[in-house]
Amino acid sequence: MKPALSPRLVLAAFAALLVVAPLALPAFYVTLLNYIGLYAMVALGLVLLTGVGGLTSFGQAAFVGLGAYTTALLTTSAELPGWLSWAGGSPWLALVVGLLFTVVVAFLIGKLTLRLSGHYLPLATIAWGLSLYFLFGTMGFLGGHTGLTGIPPISLFGYELRQGEEVYYLIWLFVLAGVLTTSNLLDSREGRAIRALKGGMVMAEAMGVDTARSRMVIFILAALLACASGWLYAHMQRFVNPTPFGLHIGIEYLFMAVVGGAAHVWGALVGAGVITVLKQWLQDLLPQLFGTSGNFEVIFFGVLMVLVLHKARGGLWPIVVSGFKRFVPVAVQRQVVDRDAQALPRRELPAAGSLLLEAKAVTRRFGGLLANNNMSLEVRAGEILALIGPNGAGKSTMFNQVSGVDTPTSGEVLFLGESVVGKGSRTIARMGMSRTFQHVRLLPTMSVLENVAIGAHMRGTSGVLSAAWRMDRAEEARLLAEAARQIERVGLGEHMFDEAGSLALGQQRILEIARALASDPCLLLLDEPAAGLRYKEKEALGDLLRKLRGEGMGVLLVEHDMDFVMGLVDRVVVMEFGEKIAEGLPEDVQRDPAVLAAYLGGED
Amino acid sequence: MDFQIALILGQDGITNGAIYALLALALVLVFAVTRVIFIPQGEFVAYGALTLAMIGNNVFPATAWLLLGAGIAVAALDGLGALRAGQARKLPRVLAVNVGYPLAVIALLRLLPLAELGLAVQILLAMLIVVPLGPMMYRIVYQPIAEATVLVLLIVSVASHVAMVGLGLLFFGAEGYRTPPLSDARFDLGSLSISGQTIWVVAASIVLIVALALFFGRTIYGKALRATAINRNGARLMGIPPALAGKLTFLLAALIGVLSGVLISPITTIYYDSGFLIGLKGFVAAIIGGLASYPLAAFGAVLVGLLESFSSFWASAYKEVLVFTLIIPVLVWRSLTSHHVEEEE
Repeated sequence: MKPALSPRLVLAAFAALLVVAPLALPAFYVTLLNYIGLYAMVALGLVLLTGVGGLTSFGQAAFVGLGAYTTALLTTSAELPGWLSWAGGSPWLALVVGLLFTVVVAFLIGKLTLRLSGHYLPLATIAWGLSLYFLFGTMGFLGGHTGLTGIPPISLFGYELRQGEEVYYLIWLFVLAGVLTTSNLLDSREGRAIRALKGGMVMAEAMGVDTARSRMVIFILAALLACASGWLYAHMQRFVNPTPFGLHIGIEYLFMAVVGGAAHVWGALVGAGVITVLKQWLQDLLPQLFGTSGNFEVIFFGVLMVLVLHKARGGLWPIVVSGFKRFVPVAVQRQVVDRDAQALPRRELPAAGSLLLEAKAVTRRFGGLLANNNMSLEVRAGEILALIGPNGAGKSTMFNQVSGVDTPTSGEVLFLGESVVGKGSRTIARMGMSRTFQHVRLLPTMSVLENVAIGAHMRGTSGVLSAAWRMDRAEEARLLAEAARQIERVGLGEHMFDEAGSLALGQQRILEIARALASDPCLLLLDEPAAGLRYKEKEALGDLLRKLRGEGMGVLLVEHDMDFVMGLVDRVVVMEFGEKIAEGLPEDVQRDPAVLAAYLGGED
Repeated sequence: MDFQIALILGQDGITNGAIYALLALALVLVFAVTRVIFIPQGEFVAYGALTLAMIGNNVFPATAWLLLGAGIAVAALDGLGALRAGQARKLPRVLAVNVGYPLAVIALLRLLPLAELGLAVQILLAMLIVVPLGPMMYRIVYQPIAEATVLVLLIVSVASHVAMVGLGLLFFGAEGYRTPPLSDARFDLGSLSISGQTIWVVAASIVLIVALALFFGRTIYGKALRATAINRNGARLMGIPPALAGKLTFLLAALIGVLSGVLISPITTIYYDSGFLIGLKGFVAAIIGGLASYPLAAFGAVLVGLLESFSSFWASAYKEVLVFTLIIPVLVWRSLTSHHVEEEE
């Protein structure tokens, strides 16, 4: 086997190519590369938003317009209002104003739409993308449909970037900075929270992640990337008009992200490159072919998009990578676990025997169905309580009431003496309750280590900016070390760097326990942890739970495996038809006639 | 503004609102049954109107070629599927339906003296050409990825919309057309003069809405669609093929689109790309109904129509902005009434 190249070297080679390109290429191609860079920045925001976060915007072009028009207005207007006069004349100050303005606008739009279920956001972006475009065209001080002219070039240390190949370096510096900060961000505590948005929101909230905040973060970041692209565009073109900020261009940006590979930061570059070059070529070719002029390339793009989504939903980037690796082996980068990282501070566990969780007369109705009726139970520190019952007895519903995933119709749930009804799973998680799910909720394409690290999310504090600029590494090492410790504790050490989705179902359940433990809880809620485990694995799980109990943790367990339950737990609560039918020591409950009737069918 | 103008604007608003209501109903229906956010709904409006205009101008409508092309694509997909399943005897039927029908329509268009036909026959011809594009589109574009997320389906919708607008430019050119009104009559009610077209639009909308209600309430296919909308997997287990439900829904959506085009093109000049904005207004209405409630969507449609006509009087430059920002208060209201964090599909 040939020696593998390090990814850093490949990146350096790419950067070197970028530096040489304008020296070797004719001006036409430099201009094309400039456009590719500008589009790639916007597409990069969409990768973050769509491919990673599962949100979509067709309105990114409007944010580009926001950046372009802000700088156009500030650098050309002779009479700015007094409070803005400090920002006049300088493109760099205009960039700052534009970015701030974009944050405000994106924040407001995000507040309105991000809390809604997925498809409202894209529809809303179509609406405001259109509205902003019409506003650019109708507002007098923005020059109407003719736009604004006479925008000065950007100057850097007194040197004006007038020519295409001069702006080129600035554009690609921005692009690379965008790509690097985005990949840094994704490989961090905040990044894991962002990557959990697509298909893991309930789980992430239960691990203490504020998913609404994470959505807002990527929405604003995507808008900022678009705004910066607009700023560069305005100073490259030296004039702006509404056309490049319309909805159809917003749609084209999304095409770039999807065609390139919406789940990969480099996919944005590939997509921007492919679509821009194709567009150039088709705009020459098609009108000749059809004999009339018009934007016929959109037919081709539309069909291309449908084909990509049918045949290669991951886009071109994965194909490019596997093709490249066939010729040039590139080393796989693995996360590094620093065993010497300082351990995270631990919560002080309540004294053994003290009351942790108390549910009083909890009732939950779904329409006419009474899923939980007048359910009460309590869990103390240092005890394992099993909640058992036939299928459909309402055990998982009860779990959801207690953990804040759902809100009871009536009744009271106290955790550590505080009422938690209606508080939401995130708040409850912060108080020290952690859980696993009956239907495993993992992020299958992330490694086991990263999945467990999500559990430790709320034990870290570093934010988006420090992640983007790698000032979070000390804390990140501590989080990963903690995750690794919990993985080894539950016996999954050899799978640490495997994809979580590649594990057997039983192992995935154990992984969920490691993730719950990584949040340093005082009460652990386990929903059928032994399902799908082999005998030896069950024994190991039993030992682990006994050990946790010994350390003073409280455990509430839903389980069907009676052998496993009866040999392990301290007390049992039995449910049937949403109600408690028995409670007590395992041996007493096993003899209870009502329980026997529920499980085996009673005599009428 | 005096009362007189308000009456005229109100009449305009209700007329357009009735058409938006039809589109909103189609959008809600398509979303409920297939989870597709059907952005190309507007293109069916434009294709319907412009195909009718072509026929009226004695020009061979190029959409017929699209029908043939789409038919060949469907025949290829279904034919290959049948061959792979070892059911070669299905081939003649697949070919007859998907290639034979378009060829028959093309022959009809070549033989008939298009401009001399009555308006009703012309409308029927336009429907024969454009409506089958709906189910064909479902077969080609959506059926292979029917299980994908709402987001992927939406992106596919936008891609299809973009392609259809490009094709529309190719077929119809950049020029706009109006079609003759369905009725030239005018009725005077005191100071108010109501055009026959308005009555046609409102009456046709109401008839269609009632017909749809009967279809969903009384017929087995309508009930099958409702069942699919409520629970796709459950419906499949009860023997309702999801592909059939999808095609039927798209047939209805295309039918509603073409009829809306026929109704609106005497009122507004329709260009190859006009459908999008018209469809989007249907969307605003559908969003008011939460993409789920038919009566709320219809109410929203009338609201959109009225807002549009009154804002075109007060601030015509901001007409579109006002209509599309209407969804913001609606979204605020919706976001205030939804609480729990839920998983996307």
